[in-house]
Amino acid sequence: MEIVLAIVVGILYTAGVYLMLRRSILKFIIGLIFMSNATNLLVFLSAGLVSGSPVFVDGEKINAEVMADPLPQALVLTAIVIGLGIVVFTLALKYKFFELTGTDDLDQLKKTDN
Amino acid sequence: MNSVILQLAAKYLKWLFIVFAVLALIRGHNSPGGGFIGGLMAGLAIVYNGFAYDTFRIKERLQNFPEWLIAGGLFVIVLSFFPSLLLGETIMSGVWLKISLPLVGELKLGSPLLFDIGVFFTVIGVTLMFIFSLTQKR
Amino acid sequence: MITLVALPILIPFVLIIGMLVCRSDKLARWLGPVASGLLLLLTVVLFVFVQKHGVLAIQMGGWEAPFGITLVVDYLSALMLVVSAIILFVIAVYALNFLPDSININRFFIFFFGLAMGMNGAFVTGDVFNLFVWFEVMLMSSFVLITMGRSKDQLEGGIKYLALNLVGSLLFLAGVGLLYGKTGTLNMAHLAEILKNDDQAILMNTSAVLFFIAFGIKAAVFPLYFWLPASYHTPNITISSLFAGLLTKVGVYTFIRFFTLFFVHDPQFWHQILLVVAGFTMVAGGLAAAAHYETRRILSYHIISQIGYMIMGLGIFTPLAIAGAIFFTLHNMIAKTNTFLVSGMINKARGTFELKEIGGLFKESPLTAILFMIPAFALAGVPPISGFFAKFILIKAGIENGNYVITAVAIFTAMLTLYSMIKIWNEAFLKKQPGNGNPGRSYSFSFAEYFPSVLLGIVSILMGIFAMYVFGYTMEAANQLINPDLYIETVLKGIKL
Repeated sequence: MEIVLAIVVGILYTAGVYLMLRRSILKFIIGLIFMSNATNLLVFLSAGLVSGSPVFVDGEKINAEVMADPLPQALVLTAIVIGLGIVVFTLALKYKFFELTGTDDLDQLKKTDN
Repeated sequence: MNSVILQLAAKYLKWLFIVFAVLALIRGHNSPGGGFIGGLMAGLAIVYNGFAYDTFRIKERLQNFPEWLIAGGLFVIVLSFFPSLLLGETIMSGVWLKISLPLVGELKLGSPLLFDIGVFFTVIGVTLMFIFSLTQKR
Repeated sequence: MITLVALPILIPFVLIIGMLVCRSDKLARWLGPVASGLLLLLTVVLFVFVQKHGVLAIQMGGWEAPFGITLVVDYLSALMLVVSAIILFVIAVYALNFLPDSININRFFIFFFGLAMGMNGAFVTGDVFNLFVWFEVMLMSSFVLITMGRSKDQLEGGIKYLALNLVGSLLFLAGVGLLYGKTGTLNMAHLAEILKNDDQAILMNTSAVLFFIAFGIKAAVFPLYFWLPASYHTPNITISSLFAGLLTKVGVYTFIRFFTLFFVHDPQFWHQILLVVAGFTMVAGGLAAAAHYETRRILSYHIISQIGYMIMGLGIFTPLAIAGAIFFTLHNMIAKTNTFLVSGMINKARGTFELKEIGGLFKESPLTAILFMIPAFALAGVPPISGFFAKFILIKAGIENGNYVITAVAIFTAMLTLYSMIKIWNEAFLKKQPGNGNPGRSYSFSFAEYFPSVLLGIVSILMGIFAMYVFGYTMEAANQLINPDLYIETVLKGIKL
């Protein structure tokens, strides 16, 4: 199962990088979402997958050796929240930019460069 | 969108959303759930209502409400730091209070729950702010 | 008493709530400077405590060290906290007079304190993932600040700033994941202990590379700095100077922290890379600064060139060199912010940042000229002011350790720095006002407008005159970094105060 998820991480990164290199800002944002999901999955995988042994179950004593590691799950939850906030902010920024200039083309963004 | 079915559903479903949100909030500490998930559900109740009627109208009606929610939520979070400080423990330590109630049984109240409630309101506010900032007049 | 360590984070947090509730501009005008003054006082107290006890650590929520989140303050953190608090205070005062009416000052201070909270959190935390969270808090606030005012240029600069920094954050997070996968811990002290006796530590290079790129983007080192000159000149000058003094230096701080505490397993490789990157950063930034004629752009490129010196100190990796890098960071935060503040004053007097359209300011306002001269001399490294000692320590460390190439590059860049500073000096202050020789308008500054720049100038000079003491502190910080035993012990065993 881990190997499948590892491949999925790879595919998501590939798709993310590909989309980020496109000219459209919207595609860039979608690429960002892909990359952020790939990263979240990577962090989630970092402790390995354990099936059938959730972390906190009231009233039952489970051997810590076989229990799923709770930390990466907590990390991923935090990372998802942060990712959500960032994606929304990026979308809002893109929206305001589009309202102001009417362009979605990254090649038009050359004014502040030099 | 002007769908009668959606509007009728929203009327009742939003309360269902909120009930489940509070449930998720309360059972949160050692089981799946918690302030963040509850907050998202409760935020969705309002957003769902907005989809059924008109998000922009709701935005206009609620005005500064999301910001107040965020401020209030953050304030509750700060409040949750104080019990541990007053007891002389490290800041943010969990302080628990056990109350036995006749019908409900034993109730565990503590500063982590207070913290979760703060997160709950903050998340509702943030969700609304996200949706409203991307809304425009139809 | 130990709760003091958490206060640099808590105070801005409480302030944010207060300002969200009372949306009054009048209150914000008072609360902003007063509260940042309070923060400065608090950090000084923290510094005194660190001097007494060495390292302060607090386990949040009472969870023992490798499991919970630890907040640690050692010499490096304390020094960074104090200097960044000085800058926060100065900018808070500066904002009162230089923020345009189009920006709501209450909103500005909300995100100002958001930035302060994220930055202080990043300085204080002892946990890698927590560092990521504080970085994001800081970045989110800075995203809002940089687009405040919503002109076309700002949104464009904002998109560039956002894009590269988000990629950096994602790489950071991926690095955290790999780090946890290999070591099973994210506590910095615990990581250091594990990796010290690990003969497979070389495998850490994958995550170290990810961290290197992530911090490289945040700190704006050579091949990764392009977001900085594209965005720093777009927002209002108050916000530019806030960013110039603080943001990249947090990246440098994390560089120093990570590559002295636990990524020390493969010194030849990493120090070589750091030195190469440092050299290119210095030269690229310096040359680009020499080519421009707009004060903010010159100064933006100049930030990059100065980052090179800090990375150079880390790359040489002797106690003296790291002390030099820390000294340079502290001096640079103050002097760099001050140059931005003065360029804002030039803009207020003349209404433009273009050097070709301004001139004759020396005659009109000699005090502004002197105020510019202090940080300019400090950056160029003229003796009695802070920059001379910072550069001197770095170059001495480089020669002692036999890193002649990078030392030569550093000296060459010092010339470039001097050149671009002289350029601003000549164009803005000495030459006659272009056109009909008659400035479009003249403007006399009030005391409140001079005050921030005067304060930073005094700090710069004091840092030069009392360089002995500052050097003593930075040396102490460097020793703590090179021999992190006290740090590790304090975090993992815990001390009672």
